[in-house]
Amino acid sequence: MAASTELTAAGIPVPGRLWDRAFGYWLASYRRVWRGSVFEGFVQPLFFLAALGFGLGALVDARQGGVDGVSYVQFIAPGILAAQAMQTAFGEATYPVLGSIKWQRQYHAMLAAPLQISDIVLGHLVFVLLRVTITTVAFLAVSWLLGTIPSPWAVLALPVAVLCGMAYATPIFAFAARQDDANGFALLFRFGFMPMFLFSGTFFPVDQLPGWLQPLTWLTPLWHGVELCRALSMGTPTLGATTLHVGYLLAWMVGGYFLAVRSLRRRLVV
Amino acid sequence: MGPQKPDEPPGEQRLPSIAVTSDPALIYARGLTKRFGELTAVDGIDFTVERGEAFGFLGPNGAGKTSAMRMIGCVSPPTAGELRVLGMDPTTHGPAIRARLGVVPQRDTLDEELTVRENLIVYGRYFGLPRAIVRERAAELLGFAQLADRADSKVEPLSGGMKRRLTIARGLINEPEILLLDEPTTGLDPQARHLLWDRLFRLKQSGVTLVLTTHYMDEAEQLCDRLVVMDKGQIVAHGSPRELIEQYSTREVLELRFPPEEHARYAEKLADLAAQIEVLQDRLLLYTNDGDDGAATVHARGLAPLSVLVRRSTLEDVFLHLTGRSLVD
Amino acid sequence: MTTVVRAVARVLPVPAGAGLARALVERNMLAFRHGWIVLISGIFEPVFYLFSLGVGLGGLIGVIDAGDGRLVEYPVFVAPALMAAAAMNGAIYDATFNIFFKLKYAKLYDSVLATPLGTRDVAVGEISWALLRGLLYSVAFLLVAAATGVVTSWWAVLTIPAATLIGFAFAAVGMAATTFMRSWQDFDYVQLAIMPMFLFSATFYPLSTYPEQWQWVVQATPLYHGVALVRDLMLGQLGFGLLGHVAYLAVMGLLGTVVAARRLQHLLLP
Repeated sequence: MAASTELTAAGIPVPGRLWDRAFGYWLASYRRVWRGSVFEGFVQPLFFLAALGFGLGALVDARQGGVDGVSYVQFIAPGILAAQAMQTAFGEATYPVLGSIKWQRQYHAMLAAPLQISDIVLGHLVFVLLRVTITTVAFLAVSWLLGTIPSPWAVLALPVAVLCGMAYATPIFAFAARQDDANGFALLFRFGFMPMFLFSGTFFPVDQLPGWLQPLTWLTPLWHGVELCRALSMGTPTLGATTLHVGYLLAWMVGGYFLAVRSLRRRLVV
Repeated sequence: MGPQKPDEPPGEQRLPSIAVTSDPALIYARGLTKRFGELTAVDGIDFTVERGEAFGFLGPNGAGKTSAMRMIGCVSPPTAGELRVLGMDPTTHGPAIRARLGVVPQRDTLDEELTVRENLIVYGRYFGLPRAIVRERAAELLGFAQLADRADSKVEPLSGGMKRRLTIARGLINEPEILLLDEPTTGLDPQARHLLWDRLFRLKQSGVTLVLTTHYMDEAEQLCDRLVVMDKGQIVAHGSPRELIEQYSTREVLELRFPPEEHARYAEKLADLAAQIEVLQDRLLLYTNDGDDGAATVHARGLAPLSVLVRRSTLEDVFLHLTGRSLVD
Repeated sequence: MTTVVRAVARVLPVPAGAGLARALVERNMLAFRHGWIVLISGIFEPVFYLFSLGVGLGGLIGVIDAGDGRLVEYPVFVAPALMAAAAMNGAIYDATFNIFFKLKYAKLYDSVLATPLGTRDVAVGEISWALLRGLLYSVAFLLVAAATGVVTSWWAVLTIPAATLIGFAFAAVGMAATTFMRSWQDFDYVQLAIMPMFLFSATFYPLSTYPEQWQWVVQATPLYHGVALVRDLMLGQLGFGLLGHVAYLAVMGLLGTVVAARRLQHLLLP
């Protein structure tokens, strides 16, 4: 983190290298509100795992003998792993971003310091990355203890789930930076988050859906995250599929980042 | 969802005569007290407000002005003492009294989810007024508040002065007999203040009784027929602005600045020149009937103040005299 | 709606009002004219759940015991539970987040109480509004459910008042709870109460799935009674047992209203 002390010959900080200051701010403020994030990011996914995986899973296993060769709870655990990463990203890249522009106005304070727009975006996104990582590690550990994640390959589901979360965080950041009020978020959660959470293969194989709907699910980053986490959890990843899924998620994350910087610049530098 | 006719008015409104006493005063308070736990915000004050006058509570922050206003507005039950508003007891006839009051709170509590016009209409509906009447009055009040061209704008982008005018217009939607204004111009720029004073003066001309709090002397002098000076929950003086100045101050004040650390020493040297001397952080105030004469004497004694100002006495001087501290804090 | 709620409030030991609660309902309608799309979007959430769990997951489950040994298709089983849960969620959202915002930030009630309206009017008005909004969602959901063929009895019409009763119970208790909240962080407790109820109140699988001692815990929760009430009505299984569910929810709502109005008096008129 020595980047922040790097100066040009004229004693001016090197542009674009001060993101760790913005990150430091978010880290410090997190200490005040960590309690709620434990619930959102960790307890809630566990409730879903217990209610649907064990409760409903008993019925599914009794009738179908499991799904895709594993018990139902083993089927949905990696799905929920990817979905909780998405959820954390939604939470962290919506209200906090608009709030920093409009309500608490932290971005304006940062901009008055020698930070650049890209520092602000990167600093905030690295903090989101940390948040997603924490909840993902916690959920993965508990799922493994409960025996719902059988293969040692599942260790690699950690970076995949985090990548899945970040593939949402960056474009949502861009979306949030363009909002005037929170109404857009209500719609984003209802028509973006909810359908993806419910239809992207998290709780049942997408081939249960009507044929015309299935290609739509392939477009969502979540489906790619779920598929890859599931393959790793079962110990059946293939190189081709893995490359495709990772590539697709990376494309969203990187594209979203540039969009986020552009959106915030248009909003703050007028 | 309920019948479309207006709700029946509160019972008290239908039979006002039971509650009204023969006391002609619009507001009558004796020994009025408000305590919040250990803190005594209002400490046994007496005052009377007559119909058609403009009555002021002057005092620094924390003097108990707002608490007194909230009791008059029937949103804070008195701890002790007697209070009558429009001849009724606020603790038992709150809704009936509030139906005839207009309230302009210290902080604008406008409805940011609604437009300017909707703020007036919705507020009027809270009084149970029929839609047609509310709409008509809203149009008039938009003109009065010089907001007609912003009628369909949201509230958020309005300037501070516009919001304040809208809050006042909102308080007038029920054509109140008494308008309560808590620090009506705090935080406004000079133009906005003068516009607001003009509107309040017009209201007074049209017969509305104004009760206001302020910590601005010029505002009290501009607007109030009578006022009480409050400090630490008590009334320390009352009268018209002119009476208060005559009673508690001299005709003129001579303001002298010396190097700050030497003010106390100079005060001793000049003690014989004035009826009273106040030593402030940044200057000396000499209360005298002839400021120019005083200034000449200062120079004649070979003292060289950094600056000299002779001015008329104001309410601020009254306040300094009464409480020994500066008012705008 | 207001008339009914007001009649109820009149016989309760709550602070006085001026009988003008309807003006507050009007205010909320006007406010939502600017955000109607968010209001309407609320219809979709239970519908998404119905299609995801009912249709997608239902294919893996087949038929299920809906009580009294009656076997029904899974969507028929889960639809009434989603309707009850939606009534709870909608009411809680309105009565907690929205009321807290109006109470602490918008200071709406400070200006309302300067008019003839009293704290009883505020409580009655806001609860009525939550019920009206819930009514819209219930009707919409029932129509969708009927169109997809999961409604099997004409008695299902009675699910509308039943859902309204659920909304009343949760709106009143939610509003009472809101008067005790200090900051947004306290809303984590609301989530902590609502989410497990949503998942474990015999919503997604029958009560008999639980071990006997856990069945008692589930039966103690309010949403269990709401789900059981709506499910029996939608399936046309009428019995005197329904009155027990109705009584539970009614008492809960009345207690909540009393506490809410008294606490508002304490908070707003010190």
